[in-house]
Amino acid sequence: MNSTKVLDAKGLACPMPIVKTKKAMKELETGDVLEIHATDQGAKGDLTAWAKSGGHELLKSDEENEVLKFWIQKG
Amino acid sequence: MTINAMTAQQVTQKILNNEPLFILDVRNEEAFQDWKIEGKSLTYLNIPYFDLLDGVEEILDQLPVDQDVIVVCAKEGSSVMVAEMISEEGRDVSYLQGGMKAWSEYLEPLKVADLRDGGELFQFVRIGKGCLSYMVVSRGEAAIIDATRMTDVYIRFAEEKGAQVTHVFDTHLHADHISGGRELAEKTGATYWLPPKDAGEVKFNYAPLKDNKIVKVGDTEIAIHALYSPGHTIGSTSFVINGQYLLSGDILFIDSIGRPDLAGKAEDWVKDLRETLYSRYKELSDELIVLPAHFMIMDELNENGTVAEKLGTLFSNNHGLNIEDETEFRKMVTENLPPQPNAYQEIRETNMGKISPDEEEQREMEIGPNRCAVR
Repeated sequence: MNSTKVLDAKGLACPMPIVKTKKAMKELETGDVLEIHATDQGAKGDLTAWAKSGGHELLKSDEENEVLKFWIQKG
Repeated sequence: MTINAMTAQQVTQKILNNEPLFILDVRNEEAFQDWKIEGKSLTYLNIPYFDLLDGVEEILDQLPVDQDVIVVCAKEGSSVMVAEMISEEGRDVSYLQGGMKAWSEYLEPLKVADLRDGGELFQFVRIGKGCLSYMVVSRGEAAIIDATRMTDVYIRFAEEKGAQVTHVFDTHLHADHISGGRELAEKTGATYWLPPKDAGEVKFNYAPLKDNKIVKVGDTEIAIHALYSPGHTIGSTSFVINGQYLLSGDILFIDSIGRPDLAGKAEDWVKDLRETLYSRYKELSDELIVLPAHFMIMDELNENGTVAEKLGTLFSNNHGLNIEDETEFRKMVTENLPPQPNAYQEIRETNMGKISPDEEEQREMEIGPNRCAVR
């Protein structure tokens, strides 16, 4: 999947993955896709809920070698 | 203003003492709805931390000033952040040390009874998850039943009592939490007893727990009498301690009964469950005090925090023991069941010794309520 930007949030504990995601998202344009890599299991539920409440769309999520990957399109 | 780290033990004390506590739970809504700190004296506000990144001004007027406010999240990090923001606004605030993970792991030991010759019976209330485990102490020996994976808690407790752990039992192969039984036995040299019908696939040595087996604790007459009582699992075994206490495992709870479906065999086990509850248990003395392996709701706790009730009282009050019609009973325990516990299959495999997840993985597997009952 094409992403405009990749955010590496691996090794970060809650709340940092979301704090960084929010910041990175601010710098993107509507329709851009942010790809996030995280290792905190809590990121799954939180990024999903955050994207929804912020009007963004979680296009896809995946797990590869214990790294959680998310693609969120800015709304 | 000050930020205070409140421990799971302190929160438990407040709940048991019925003291008011305001919970600001900053996990996402789904996590909060699924599982939270429960208690009659608690009030809640759930706002995810990611909605508070720009400040907490908007929620300040929803936080009471006349009672303690505690911020709660999954692992502590986000609750510290939110607590700092609240504190900067001039409010005193606490956060839950270790978050819901610590809450899930905390065990509150409560004395259930004095037994003969100075023996004692303790119930360990895992308040965050609704799991109950037990320790019988008698003349320098201790037996532990349905231990959680927090084995150090039992070992330390036994040491404080000056007792050596000699026997460890599981009433059945658990599906909702990881048993500490095997580890306890390894650490203390105790015998680990399991019902053989539940242990067909286990990868370690154990002592087979057969119907009518009697195990003595200490050199007195404190006897743990095994009573085969299938239904929640095919091997489920209850214990009668001293002819006074019925440890019912996941077969009978205070306000509900065990579910037969967690090993995928609901249809096969319904008959066993009914037979156990409506025949085997019926033959026992009404005076027995039932001590289950779980509670579902805080109403099942007595004033002093213990979970215990006379068998006779349960036969009159527990809905699950009062369904005359067999078809209706079958329907109740096989249809409209609550969701299955988180990762229950992996938990069963861990308890069989088939997989060996590390501590962090074990924590993740156990997140959430236990959900072993049907009401």
